[in-house]
Amino acid sequence: MSAMDYSNFLVMKEELSLVAVMVILLLYDVFGSKKSLRYFQPVACILFAVHTLLHVVPSAADASFGGMYQYTPMIGVLKTILNIGTLIVLMQASEWLRSESTIHKRGEFVFLLLSTLLGMYFMISAGNFLFFYIGLETASIPLATLVAFDKFKSKSAEAGAKYILNAVFASGLSLYGLSLIYGTTGTLYFEDIPAAITGAPLQIMAFVFFVVGLFFKMSLVPFHQWTPDVYEGAPTAVTSYLSVISKGAAAFVLMTILIKVFAPIAAQWQGILYGVIIVTITLANLFAIRQKNLKRFLAYSSISQAGYIVLGIIGGSAMGMTSLVYYILVYMVSNLAAFGVIAAIENKTGKVTMEDYNGLYSTNPRLTLVMTLAMFSLAGIPPFAGFFSKFFIFAAAAEQGYYILVLIALINTIISLYYYLLVVKAMFINKSDAPIAAFRCDGAMRFSLSLCSAGIVLLGLLSVIYNQLSLLGYGM
Amino acid sequence: MEIQMQYYLVVSTVMFFAGVYGFVTRRNLIAILLSIELILNAVNINFAVFNRYLFPGQMEGLFFSIFSIAIAAAETAVAIAIIVNIYRNMKNIEVKNLDELKD
Repeated sequence: MSAMDYSNFLVMKEELSLVAVMVILLLYDVFGSKKSLRYFQPVACILFAVHTLLHVVPSAADASFGGMYQYTPMIGVLKTILNIGTLIVLMQASEWLRSESTIHKRGEFVFLLLSTLLGMYFMISAGNFLFFYIGLETASIPLATLVAFDKFKSKSAEAGAKYILNAVFASGLSLYGLSLIYGTTGTLYFEDIPAAITGAPLQIMAFVFFVVGLFFKMSLVPFHQWTPDVYEGAPTAVTSYLSVISKGAAAFVLMTILIKVFAPIAAQWQGILYGVIIVTITLANLFAIRQKNLKRFLAYSSISQAGYIVLGIIGGSAMGMTSLVYYILVYMVSNLAAFGVIAAIENKTGKVTMEDYNGLYSTNPRLTLVMTLAMFSLAGIPPFAGFFSKFFIFAAAAEQGYYILVLIALINTIISLYYYLLVVKAMFINKSDAPIAAFRCDGAMRFSLSLCSAGIVLLGLLSVIYNQLSLLGYGM
Repeated sequence: MEIQMQYYLVVSTVMFFAGVYGFVTRRNLIAILLSIELILNAVNINFAVFNRYLFPGQMEGLFFSIFSIAIAAAETAVAIAIIVNIYRNMKNIEVKNLDELKD
């Protein structure tokens, strides 16, 4: 046996620099003096921003560890998108982390958050099911601890238990499917499996078991029941992270695995996705209408958005992948804007229901404006970015001939307009005797909200972004 | 006489579906966790058996089992910690008391 070739690690540049950031922050948190720790959050944000900037330009496609680790420019772009999202979450969390109950564990928060991000890096770069599984679990175990982070609040504890039990159950089903795939193909490498896939009933069953785990991660109906409870109970910063970063990574992985590994049974999985999309978008929309708690409301909204994301996967085309990544980017800025406003108001007043937002425009016009932009973008109203992302994802599905599916999704978009505008109506039109008093957020929150608003307005209008992405997409 | 592969697969399949059944019907958080462990161990048996009988030339399945055992231990540790925290907050771990979050 030859000694291990450590140069393999050099291909994993983003992972290495993320681990470096994590170790520096951990040492700082453990050994920093009380006085110097006042700067912990700004330092964490700046270090992470440097890490993001280092990798903003994707490098050429590469692989290491015998194909276990894969890198393509599109994966690089997706990692950058996840980085930007995590940076925004870090900034939005700073005010909450400074509060009395959490200030002593802010170091843990940052470390756990970055560990889940590392897991997602592994997951989207995987070229082997073992590596994929390790990444998936590296992402979901720390996430469970983050969901239960407010350990003296019973809501947070309950949400944590619901999350971890459902997550482990889903990954157990997934693993059972994987074991049958291994038994029928004899390999775990993405490259070698397609040659051994014959479409035998056992393989189809194995595939269904496997894909359930990812459906759970993306909270597609019928594996969505945990979503509203966990989103409501978790601290708001964690909810926003769950709803965009975790979901975006899972969506991309689902697409790569379907087009790389399961291309020979494309007809079968396209049938499954077809049904799942219709049920997901429709049910989530109907449930979203009757929600009063805004975090719960955004949970159902994010379930239906996940349904739209799968529209990009179903065709399995290069255009589908481009529109999927673009959709994740746009959905990320819109959702983080909405969660940022909710977190800001929750930190100051503890209020999270839609009635509390009545008359918000008269006291906090700027926050109202950001929330309105976010709702318009999520609903897909032109000229905001959400319109273009929906347009491209519908175009990608229509290009592959899914006209009826696109029609159903379009009708659902109109339904969703109703409940997104309910929030806008509450803020602008509804009267309230005691609206939320005027207040000023801290600098990091204001900066992150401006960043999100700029993204919502500009991402759609700057066509260069989609054009550049479309050069990197690949399909079946 | 060597035991044939099918016998092992019967055991793992029974374990898997017993785990799924337990996950759905049990009303105690620890019992639910036990059911999940059954599922994960069924998977480990599957990987080891497929490796030993079908692809004896390489070690992929055995390695997967080892990693999966380690990861399952980590998951259990976190799950137990969360359940202990629930016990501290609510003084019991019955599922029916976890009803603060609902529509």
